[in-house]
Parts: sequence; structure tokens; C-alpha cells
Amino acid sequence: MAANIPTNSQVQGGIGAAVPHTGHDEHHDEHDHHDQHWLFKYVFSQDHKVIAKQFLITGIFWAILGGTLSSLFRLQLGWPESTMEWLTPFLGKWIEAGKLNPEFYLALVTMHGTIMVFFVLTAGLSGTFSNFLIPLQVGARDMASGFMNMLSYWFFFLSSVIMFTSLFLETGPASAGWTIYPPLSALPQAIPGSGMGMTLWLVSMALFIVSQLLGGVNYITTVINLRTRGMSMSKLPLTIWAFFLTAILGLLSFPVLFSAALLLIFDRSFGTSFFLSDIYIAGQALPNVGGSPILFQHLFWFLGHPEVYIVIMPAMGMVSEILATNSRKPIFGYRAMIGSLMGISLLSFVVWAHHMFITGMNPFLGSVFMFLTLIIAVPSAVKTFNWLATLWRGNIRFTTAMMFSIGFVSLFISGGLTGIILGNAALDIQMHNTYFVVAHFHLVMGSSAFFGLFAGVYHWFPKMFGRMMDEKLGYIHFWLTFLGVYLVFLPMHYVGIAGFPRRYYAWTGFDTFSQFADLNKFISVAAILAFFAQFVFIINFFYSIFRGRRATENPWNSTTLEWTTPVVPGHGNWPGAIPAVYRWPYDYSKPGAEQDFIPQNVPYSQTQSSNLPYEREME
Amino acid sequence: MNTSEILPEKEPGTGTHPLRFLLWLMMVSITMIFAAYTSAYIVRREEGNWLEFDLPARLLVTTIILALSSATVQWAYFSARKDEVRRVQIGLILTVVLGVAFLIGQWNVWVDLVQNKIFFGGVDSNPSGSFLYVLTGVHAFHLITGLIFLLIVLRKSFNYQVHSRQMLSIGNVTIYWHFLGALWLYLYLFLLLNH
Repeated sequence: MAANIPTNSQVQGGIGAAVPHTGHDEHHDEHDHHDQHWLFKYVFSQDHKVIAKQFLITGIFWAILGGTLSSLFRLQLGWPESTMEWLTPFLGKWIEAGKLNPEFYLALVTMHGTIMVFFVLTAGLSGTFSNFLIPLQVGARDMASGFMNMLSYWFFFLSSVIMFTSLFLETGPASAGWTIYPPLSALPQAIPGSGMGMTLWLVSMALFIVSQLLGGVNYITTVINLRTRGMSMSKLPLTIWAFFLTAILGLLSFPVLFSAALLLIFDRSFGTSFFLSDIYIAGQALPNVGGSPILFQHLFWFLGHPEVYIVIMPAMGMVSEILATNSRKPIFGYRAMIGSLMGISLLSFVVWAHHMFITGMNPFLGSVFMFLTLIIAVPSAVKTFNWLATLWRGNIRFTTAMMFSIGFVSLFISGGLTGIILGNAALDIQMHNTYFVVAHFHLVMGSSAFFGLFAGVYHWFPKMFGRMMDEKLGYIHFWLTFLGVYLVFLPMHYVGIAGFPRRYYAWTGFDTFSQFADLNKFISVAAILAFFAQFVFIINFFYSIFRGRRATENPWNSTTLEWTTPVVPGHGNWPGAIPAVYRWPYDYSKPGAEQDFIPQNVPYSQTQSSNLPYEREME
Repeated sequence: MNTSEILPEKEPGTGTHPLRFLLWLMMVSITMIFAAYTSAYIVRREEGNWLEFDLPARLLVTTIILALSSATVQWAYFSARKDEVRRVQIGLILTVVLGVAFLIGQWNVWVDLVQNKIFFGGVDSNPSGSFLYVLTGVHAFHLITGLIFLLIVLRKSFNYQVHSRQMLSIGNVTIYWHFLGALWLYLYLFLLLNH
């Protein structure tokens, strides 16, 4: 079909002939100086940089909320016997006679998971940096469709408002865990949280998926179609490769979650039985027959597993970029880095059932999924060794972004190793639903992705706001967070190996676990301190937007295109022509070069002293 | 800003217009929705407790109507290439009419199903029937978006914005409409083989 339609030649030929480059640029300047109403400049903006900041600030809001919720349930887990009366002004009726309502405890864990996975580490992370960096680093004036990009944020905003509202319902927000397994999530009679709270959860997530798809198709199209002259796919910074593959994962997996959510909505509100069968509640049989709750798990994890890579891959990309820049060395194994990202993306779609080893699945099928899961260790190890090799004998500059990137590598290794344990069906059946799993995914996905997010904010803050963040506060933030994360999650492994199950309101009823009372208290103290350490970042962030030291155009002496824009790029990114690209993005410390970095837009003819034999032909 | 301003200083990419490429990606995500439903259908059917029933015969009629509408939209597209604006409009209007006829037909399929006591939900429902409602319903939803798209392009053609040098919008709507037709054909054959 497409081949029949001559739009391409006609669009390109027509414009190319009519508007020479200089003419275009003048026109563009004019376009820039239009006085836009503030409402369209800062609120309903179609500029990818403004949209990125909107995602970032909404993400920060959600992160504070998600962290607050976790502090609340850590209080319960650390001091199950003590009174929580002092929280009454804050939690109202959810404190009953000095005790946290057990059902609200479930709501707290559920909302903590939902908020952190979707609203912070998906929308806040890839929404912010894909939007901000893709056009700047590939050399485009904006996204393929600014309008759809704007819609993407506002769908996210609407989804956020609905999710936030659900926190204040009479019956409480959704409480069936962030994985919302039916039948618990499908039956309002089961727990109060499966009433209105669950309905709003589903509506909010449906809008969230729309937002992700609108954003994702834009990211992919921009990377494929709007690269500047010379920016071939093999000259793309690794950040862009990571965002690109992340968007593809989202495009293929989020629609499946949408399907599952829609079926669940029908089960909840229209009396269908897709996931429900033979259920007795309070001694009464429900009419639903023929449904399969395992089917929901298959549909959910078909999204759910790629989702964890949607969370981690943008962080991987940014860390690669920041490690190379601050080691003043080319990234080690550029092509292997791309290959391993592709390998992870591909594998992420064929491992989902490793979340379901205990559902009674055929052991043979289990071993297939186990095998595929363990293969993921290979591309992950490739990435890890490449990061370490990039650092090796580098001329390291310990900027705050660099500290967080190194922290990312550390956490990714620590958390990844336990992934090899949990990927084994025989071991997972023992560990499933214990704190060992909680410790594993909080290290490898939660904390790592957060470290990637922080590294990205510290590194690209000068380009976002034209000012630098304070380094001293950054170091304080880093060390408190880094130590905090390890102090929280290392002990959790012990608790988990002992068999302590996740999502339990209190463990005081079990003698087996009473010896872990101190350890749990310790984890809670560390978690709450680490949470408060984040306010150092928040103060630094908002203070620096207005009062930070002024940034230069290229404060980190980096090679990629975003640093060739003015200190604060306007709408359209480059005031003049978009620079063309001649070289890969990692020419750091090239022997013979005048400086220890050569930006991508410097042609080989200007760097004759450092050109390698095969590059001489391109002079 | 206007995307067409950006193109000359670019790498060729896929060579397609960005909006055309966006459309392809959206079709990929719609395909994933139905891939999820049809694979869920098979998985669920294999588990047993599956009520078997004959598909309403009317589905064949609606399938033929939708196939015809694919022909009319293609005719409108070819007419646009030849700058025959009048025929473009007739072709698009015919497509809209056939599209609406298809939706009415699908509604009547649901009426037939209810008369045969195949219900969407409730005490007497079985997932086999519920799945049929979901597949036809979600497809119908996407067909409505296709109708809206057709009306937008029709409006453009009344403003003389659809002709041999402005083929993007009619090209996109033609692709999308064929996609919806092919999707329905897949669902129909799938249901014939697996009901």
C-alpha cells in the first residue's frame, strides 16, 4: 500500500527546491520570536523541552508521595506494637485505636508500587529524558508531532489526577498489589480497596497507557525520521538507542496491559467471567464460571516484564553516556552496548512466566522460561563489563552525575546477581513472595533506575535550566542515598531467605520471625532516613533552578549535539542551522587531538592531527 | 512548528513522512491489542468449560460490506492521484456509508446473539460468548476512529486540500481503513476456525 503513495518524494522534493537552508533559518528565527501566550508557552506547550520539564516535575511530586507511603508502611513493619496515634491528623480514620488499619496497609503497598513503577520510573524517567534528549541529541527541531507529545503529557496528568483522587476515597485506594491479580482485584466484596479504588486505578492506568503510546510513537518516529545530516544509526549516542528501544518495548507491551485491564473492567462491572470461576465469598457462591485467573497473570506479565526494562533501559543509556563523558574515554564496546540493549529488548518478551513459577504451570514450560531468563544475564553482563572497562584507567571526573552513575553500576550488579538465583524455578518456588524478591527488584530495578534518574538530572540540569546544581549538596545527597539503599535492601535478603513473606501487615504472630524484629526496625530506620535524604536533592533542584551558578554551553566538555545549542535553547533548539554530524559520539581523549573531546559536529578535515588511518579518507 | 520545514536538513530515515510513520506505529499497537485478545482466547479455550455455538450468519454479510468499503476508499485514493476531486468525495462518502452499515450490521449481530441466549455478562454467560462481544466491540471502536478520520479527510477534500500534490492525508486514511478491514478479516477467520 505505502509504496503506491508518492508523498515522500513530493514533500521532500517540493520543500527542498523551494526553501534553501538559509531561507529556512531566517524563517525559523521569526517563528521563534512570536510572543506566545504564557499558557501555551509553559502549560499547553508543544515544545519537547517544556514537556520534559512537566514530566520531571510531576514525577518528582509522585516520587515524594510514593516515598511517603513507603515510610508509612515501614513504620508499621518496624514498630508493629507501638501506637500510631500521632499519625491521626494525617491519615484520619485509617488509624483505628492507635493502629494502622490493616486494609489500608495493603493500599499503601499497592499505591507505593503503582506510583513508583508507572508514575515515577516510567513517566517521570523516560517521559522526561526521552522528551528532552531525543530531539536535542539526534539534531531535530522538535518531536515528529508536537501536538501528540503535548497530549501525551496531558493524558498522564489526567491519569495522575485520577490516581491521586483515589487516595482519598471512603473505601481507600486499590489494595490488591500493583499487579492487581484477580479475583482479589475483581470483587468489591473481597476487600474495600477493590471497590471504587480499583475502578479509578483501572481508569487511571488506561489513560496512562494512552499517554505512553502517544509519547512512544513520537519517540520512535523522531529517532527514525528526524535525525540530522550525518547522524546515522551507528553514530547515535547510547542514550538515544536506549530510549528508542524502550519506546519499542512500550509500544508492543502496553497495549496488552490495556487488553487485560479492559477485560478486568468487564469482569468487575459487566458481569463477565474472563478471570473468575468457582468463587465463594463469605460462604456464598458467585455466579461466575469459566474464567481463568492465571490468564490474567499471563496478560499482565506480558507487559509487566518488559515494563521492568522500560524502567531500567533509559537509565542504562544515560549512565553509559555519563560514564564515558566523565571518564574522558570512549565508551567501551559501543556496538556491543547497542547489541546488548537489543538482546535485552528481545529477551524481555519471552521471559514473562518466570513471575509465575508457582502458578502450577507445566514444569517443562517452567524450565524453558527459566532457560530464557538466565540468558538475560549475558547481555546484562556485557553491559556491566563494558561500564567497568570504560571506567578502567579513565581520567575520572567525580561529578555528582558520575557518582550516581557509578552507584547505578554497583546497584545493578548487586541486584542482578540475585536475579540469577530467582530465575531458577527450583529456587524461586522457595523464595517466591518473600522479602528476598523485594530486595532483588528494589536494588536492580527500583534503586538503579532512581540512580539513573538522578544522574540524568544532575548531568542535564545545565541544559534544562541554564544553571548548575550545587555539587556539595549533590555529594551529600549521593552518599546518604547510596548508603541508605544498601542499608535498607541488604538486610532484606536475610529476612527473605528466612521466609518472611511480602505484603504481610505484621509478623509478630509468627515465632519464626520474631528474631528479625531488630533487623526490621533497622531497615525501617534506614529507609526513612534515606527518604529524608531526598529532600536534599529537592531543595538543591528547586533552589538551583532560580539561584544556581550560571552554566556555560558545554559545562561537561561533552561531545553530543545538545551541548552545541545555546545555554538555554529556545523553541527549535538551534538558532541557526542544525549542525551536521561527522563522527560517533565518544571521541574523548583521542590521541593527537587538541582537546580531550571532539564534538560530533566537528568534521574530520578540522582534526587532521588526530585522525586514524581509515578516517583520513573522510577528511 | 510545521514538520515539513524540517525535512531538507535531515537524514533520509525510512523515507516516509513522519505522520505516515506514526500511523504505522499506531497500527502496530492496535495489532498488539488484538494479538493479546486472540491469544488469550486460545489459552482460555484450551482450559475447557467453553460453550460452543454457531457464529451468526450475518457476520458474513458485514464482512462483505467492509470488504466493499475497502474498494471504495481505494477508488477515492486513485481518483485523488488523478485530481478528480468529485470522485474523491463520492468515494469517501461511500466508504463512510458502508462503514456505518458495517457498524449497524455488527449491532444486529449482537442482537442475534442475545436472541440465541449468548450473553456478554451475567449468570448465563460463558467466556466464549463474552470474547465474541469483546472482539467485535473493540474492533468497532477502532472502526469509529477510522470513520472520524474519513470525515476529516472528506472535509479537507471539500476545501480542495486533497489532490495529487497533497496525498498525505488520503494516503493515511486509506492505509488505516485497509488495516481495519484486514484486522476484521483476521478476526472473522479466527472466529470461524476457533469458535
